[in-house]
Parts: sequence; structure tokens; C-alpha cells
Amino acid sequence: MPSEIKSAESYVEKPQTIAALRADLAAGRAKASSLAASYFERIERLNPRLNIFLSLTKERALAQAARIDATAAKGDPLPLLAGVPVGIKDVLVTQGAPSTAGSKILQGYRPPYDCTAVARLEAAGAVILGKTNCDEFAMGSSNENSAYGPVRNPFDPERVPGGSSGGSAAAVASNLAVATLGTDTGGSIRQPASFCGVVGVLPTYGRVSRYGLIAFASSLDRIGPLAANVRDAATVLGVIAGHDPCDATSSSAPVPDYAAESDKPVAGLRIGVPAEYFADGLDPEVRAAVEKGIAALERAGCVIKPISLQHTKYAVPTYYLVATAEASANLARFDGVRYGYRSPSSATLSDMYSHSRDEGFGAEVKRRIFLGTYALSAGYYDAYYLKAQQVRRLLAEEFLRAFAEVDAIVTPTSPVPAFKLGEKTGDPLAMYLADIYTVTASLAGICGVSVPCGATKAGLPVGMQVLARHFGESTAFRVARAVEAAKIQE
Amino acid sequence: MSAKVTVEDVERVATLAHLQLAPEEESRMVRDLNAILDYVTELNELDTSNIAPLAQVSEIGSELEIGSGDGSDASLRVDQLVPSLSRAAVMSHAPETDQVFFKVPKVIER
Repeated sequence: MPSEIKSAESYVEKPQTIAALRADLAAGRAKASSLAASYFERIERLNPRLNIFLSLTKERALAQAARIDATAAKGDPLPLLAGVPVGIKDVLVTQGAPSTAGSKILQGYRPPYDCTAVARLEAAGAVILGKTNCDEFAMGSSNENSAYGPVRNPFDPERVPGGSSGGSAAAVASNLAVATLGTDTGGSIRQPASFCGVVGVLPTYGRVSRYGLIAFASSLDRIGPLAANVRDAATVLGVIAGHDPCDATSSSAPVPDYAAESDKPVAGLRIGVPAEYFADGLDPEVRAAVEKGIAALERAGCVIKPISLQHTKYAVPTYYLVATAEASANLARFDGVRYGYRSPSSATLSDMYSHSRDEGFGAEVKRRIFLGTYALSAGYYDAYYLKAQQVRRLLAEEFLRAFAEVDAIVTPTSPVPAFKLGEKTGDPLAMYLADIYTVTASLAGICGVSVPCGATKAGLPVGMQVLARHFGESTAFRVARAVEAAKIQE
Repeated sequence: MSAKVTVEDVERVATLAHLQLAPEEESRMVRDLNAILDYVTELNELDTSNIAPLAQVSEIGSELEIGSGDGSDASLRVDQLVPSLSRAAVMSHAPETDQVFFKVPKVIER
């Protein structure tokens, strides 16, 4: 056992901070092009074992790096993310580059436009290395639903990296990127961040444009950053946040300087600890680590308040009805007509639809389309879909009431550390229950950060989830910074 | 809300969703759907008769600054033509086209 973990340690490496990297470029101590080349070299070395990147965008990356080097050579001011090597979850479209969403049905598809968040990263100087592996259409909690094989956890390659943004989390953990973009519908940024020992951000619904995100459940889907430290995650969020005319649900609320906000002290902040997130089913080592994190917040001057979020246990059933209903509608567009896979031999249009979808979609995607279609079908709509939307309001209002009393809420991100590959694949319900602490914030539309908070005895990372009210990212970052600063050990 | 999903239900849903399942996939789907739907019946413990459904979080609380499309004129974009993707760029991704239209197999049997 110890030897297994020891051999895996070589995959884990902490990237440079964005600030340090930018300072090196500005002072001429480093070049963006050599940095990009060294990342591609490391990816080529580690990817065969970890399966993190599905495709690389070398030409685009090197052209961008050359532009940054030219700017630096002239002594001109460098943009905020100058030369920062980033990875992009493959559910976000990139112009002319493969964008599979982890699905066979989009194999070979090269979209004609860029996702807004990707375009904003690049405009801020980031170097796009390539596309990271994920569960098919972001549906999964372990990355095992990718049509291109699972990502392996850099801390232990026999374990899952979490999902669905497993590639984006593992990329940062193994220093195959300095930061990445993921998407979170029910926990898909926060849970893999916790399994891989990195920081993952769920921005408030509407904070980041969804334009160019291959939709899973539109009322829940969010794009957010993953990074090795809270300040870098805050910096990246500041770049991708803000109104976009291409997404009517994106907010025009001003974007604060999140990195500067995260520097502010936490003394006096009221931190809620909900009893329901520390009940049966929570791994004792995860509990112990998160309790150490809470103690650290108290030492930093926070006021810890026990609270109750009584509807928590209804969140997973509510989530799986709402998310699958929306997915069944969103995934109707994959019909073999305009783009993507078409089954080669079908006599009629109707056969062509069903053959293409049957051959193109994996088992979990089909299961969710079935569940969603069933919940929306005549005779069942009121009992399932409408009921779930009513409970969704109860869950959201419960958070609004809680945030009248506290500034932030802290919980474990996941009830367990990274589990073994194959451990939960036979039982979809067991896999869904892995999302128990993350789906609540998704349904309520509030924001959150998963921050590393110690590890188990076997060396597996534990994450603490810091939740804040709608557009309260600054507070979530401050609290996460305090947990990070406490350097909680095993 | 304690409906027992049958093979016939799965076949009906397959038609609605334009999905085809092999017979062995069908029985697995019946089993999985029943397990999941049994679990979601927990929601029946809650009386929601007076609760309005929440479809989008932008509905909750007017203090929330989510969305710009809230119906007020100020938030609507100017109604003017802007460039969009060319037909050629779009058509190049289609499995089968004549460059003007998408081509599909026969729709109606004669």
C-alpha cells in the first residue's frame, strides 16, 4: 500500500503561481514559448498514464505564446494571464479544434466558433494547451463515463479523479496546466477539485457566460476555473466573468477584483456549519480533516455558528429529476443531421435518428435521457418534474434564509475521498449519492469554492466546500484563502 | 408517484426520445429506472401544494442580479443585424449536404 502511493507521487506537482509566472516573463527570466513547449513535453510524458488531455491545440498555443513573447520583448505591459498555460474541458467549444464533450457522437466535430470563456482567457494572454477529458456530456461523478476512457487520479492512478471535470482537476494536480476551465452542473468542478487536491470554483448562476458550453442542464450548468491555489482561481474567474450578449442569463453585475478581494482578512465573518452535512455516510477521515479546517477558521477570528438546512436530503432526488429532464431536451439536438455522428445505414429519417443516437451515446447518457423523458412525459410530469421544481424552490429559499444569519457556509465537498476505478460503476444510484453535498448549491444558484483541506492517512486529498450567497464569490474566496493558509495536514 | 416502470414504458420512452435499445439493455433500463424512481419518491414526504415551481434561479428574489433579459426594455439588446456564421462554415460540419440544404434519408414512405 505505501509503495503504491509513493510511486504515484511522481505524478503530483504544484504549478508556479500566475503572479510568479507573469513576473518571470516581464523580467525576461522566462519565455512563454519555452514554457508552452515544456508543458507539451510534460503532457506527452504523463498523458499515456493519466489520460487527462483528449486533444492538444499546439499551433494555437505556440502562436499565442509568440505574441506574448513579442509583447514582453518590447517592454509593453503584459496582460493579466500572459503566458499562463491552461486546459479547457472538452464540453467547451473551441474554434477549429476537436470538442467532443467526451462523447463518440461528437467525434471529429470541429466547431466554427469559440466559447466566450475560452475567448476571454485568450484575450487576457492565456495559452490554450488543449482539451481535457470528462464524463460524456458532463454526466458523471468519476470520469468513467468518458467515451475515451477514464482519467486517472494523479495521487493514485488506480483511483478516479472525480467528475465530470476530472481531466481539468487532474491537469492542475499533475502540473499539466497552471489553471483549467471546468463545468459544474451538480458538483462537476468542486468534487474533482476535492479528489485531486486543487481549488475549484462554482460561480453564481449568471456570473459566467454559458455561450459555447455544450449544454447538459441549462438552468444548472456553470463554467468555472480550477487552479492550484485560491488566488489564481480568483484571478481566472475575474477574467471569464461578466455579461455576454450571447447568453441572456449572464449578469451585468460589475465584476470585482476577486484576487484582491481574496486577500482580505476573515476575522468577524460568520461561518455556518450545517448539521445535515456531517451526518451518516460521511467518511470519518474526511470529517476529521474538515473539522480541522473549521477550527482554523475559528482561530482566524471567524464566528462559527451551527445551522440547519433541513431539506438537504431531498436535493439529490430533486437534482436528478430536474437535470435529466433538461438533458433530455438539450440532447435532442444530436440527431445526425447538422453535425456530429450519423449512423451509416438507415432507410428512413426516423431510423437514422435512433440509430445515430443509439450508436453515438454511452450508457449513462442514455439512462439520463430515459429518466428525463419519462419524468416529462404525459401523466408523469406533475408527479416528477413539477414536484422537483417545487422542492427546488424550498431548497433555494432555505439557503436565502441561512445567508441572512451567516456570511458563508462550510461543508465537506464530498462524503468520501477519491474511490477506486470501477467501485461504483455497477450502481447508478450509489454514484448519484456521491453528489449529495454539491447538488444543493447547484439547485439554489449560489456560488462556492472547494479548497484543499488536509488528506486521509493514505494521502488522498480532502476538500472543504465554502458556499456563499448569490454573487458572494469574494466572501467565498476570502474564507477559502484562510483555510488554504492554515496548511492543514493529514 | 410510485409507478413501476415496465418494459412497455421503456419502449414508449425509447420512441419519444428517438433511442433504440437492445433487449438486454431494455431489462437493465427497467431495473435502473425503477431503482432511481423508487428513491425519488422521498420527495412525496414534502407538502408542496402551495409552493410555486422554480424553473430558473433568476426568479428568486429581485435583489439577485442574475440575467439581463428580465423584460425591462433597458436590458434588451438593440435590434440590429450583426454578422453570423456563414452557410459554408455551418454546412461543412454536416454529415451530408448539397451545400445549400442538409440531406437526410427518406422521410415519408410512398
